[in-house]
Amino acid sequence: MDEPRRNLLRWLLGGGFSASLISFLYPAFKFMNPPDIPEASVNEVSAGKVQDLKPNTGKIVKFGSLPVLLVRTTETEWRAFSAVCTHLNCTVQYKESSHQIWCACHNGLYNLNGQVVSGPPPHPLEAYSVHIRGDEVVISRRA
Amino acid sequence: MASATEPPQRVGWLEERLGLASIRAFLAHKTVPVHAQTLWYYFGGITLFLFVIQVLTGTLLLLYYRPSPAEAYESVQFIVTRVQFGWLIRSIHSWSANLMILSAFIHMFSVVFLRAFRRPRELTWLSGIALLGLALGFGFSGYLLPWNTVSYFATKVGTDMAAAVPVVGHGLARFLRGGNDVGGATLTRFFGFHVAVLPGITTLLLLAHLMLVQKHGMSSPQRAVEEYRRKGLPIPQMPFFPNFFLRELMAWYAALGVLGSLAAIFPWELGVKADPFAPAPAGIRPEWYFLAPFYTLKLIPSHVWVFEGELVGLVGFGLLALWWVVLPFWAVNRQGEERTRLVTGAGVVLVAYLVTFSALGYWR
Repeated sequence: MDEPRRNLLRWLLGGGFSASLISFLYPAFKFMNPPDIPEASVNEVSAGKVQDLKPNTGKIVKFGSLPVLLVRTTETEWRAFSAVCTHLNCTVQYKESSHQIWCACHNGLYNLNGQVVSGPPPHPLEAYSVHIRGDEVVISRRA
Repeated sequence: MASATEPPQRVGWLEERLGLASIRAFLAHKTVPVHAQTLWYYFGGITLFLFVIQVLTGTLLLLYYRPSPAEAYESVQFIVTRVQFGWLIRSIHSWSANLMILSAFIHMFSVVFLRAFRRPRELTWLSGIALLGLALGFGFSGYLLPWNTVSYFATKVGTDMAAAVPVVGHGLARFLRGGNDVGGATLTRFFGFHVAVLPGITTLLLLAHLMLVQKHGMSSPQRAVEEYRRKGLPIPQMPFFPNFFLRELMAWYAALGVLGSLAAIFPWELGVKADPFAPAPAGIRPEWYFLAPFYTLKLIPSHVWVFEGELVGLVGFGLLALWWVVLPFWAVNRQGEERTRLVTGAGVVLVAYLVTFSALGYWR
């Protein structure tokens, strides 16, 4: 067989093989990539009754699929922040002894404005608004 | 009537079908060098033995385990409380996983300090390092399967580190989690990785690693080779079969004794069921083999110059791992001379880092 015909056959076989390989791998690759599941947008949740949370305590509240930390600092003052640590995604908690927000995973500390006090977190915690409606505590996203 | 030199009829039947003579000839010729450091040769075999234990106990656990957030914790609880010897099988699986990784690390550092990675064994080193990476992958994916609090947060942290990888990080984290956050999809994926993907790749790579070990034989330390060369003698050899093989069997038996004792005296705890809306508990830490990077991440400040500390840590670990993977290629200079002191020094520094930071991560 002459060389040009041999090269053409090689090109056809190689190209065909590569094309079929890509056609097998592409769907497999796309299959492994999880689809986006749209979630209902939540702008406001009820966090329970005022009397359920004592002053200088905190609790995690479900805000859609996200955890939000609600802190009752005094009898009349409430704060709420995203409970997701900005360092590596752990869930933070309120430390009553030091009046700070603490991430147990890598010892990140935030103050009650959500600002980083010490440790590795690179950003402050996202703040939420807290309103009291009657005896109900309501947390909402800030505009 | 068969002559005395012919194999018995039963053996002859098998011989005809399996070609046992070639295996006998191979075993008769294979030898293992004998020197002061021969002890370290056993750790590769011990790692293999513990991997087999992992496969056997993992297969047993599969009979009861259910990979969903609603059932995973309860199914493991059922295994350890209701199934006969379930606590023992699970405990052996967890302890042998940890001992396998410890044994793999000892094997790796013995290869470094005895300089067994030298030409022509570079591919043996690379396949071994890939196997160590797969063992860590087994550890990481298996850790989540009981769906307890510690494993849940360890997976959140681990996958969030993947998200910090420049350019591909977001896609990589989504691929690992099966979505935007750790949840049921992550558990299903990790189960698939743990029982199908990783075992398949590991088996292929293990075969390649063992074939390379067979092809090149066991490496003798340079010091021992030179010592015997000065005496004008070749380095003494021990037949692999039965001498080394029986010694290796004894090592496996000892490993089994240690494993059984640990599993029975210190049964692996199940912990508390994961709650995605509970804070990370105080004192949370990963498995011991991830403690050094865990503690390092604690120490890195939020920002290093203009970069986020998390990214700096991740790039640092990545570069360190890459430098270690290509060790055989920088262990010789351009003239082909060995950089013995550099390799030993690097090995000592790495061992010191891992031991010190793991201890600090455990106690602080």
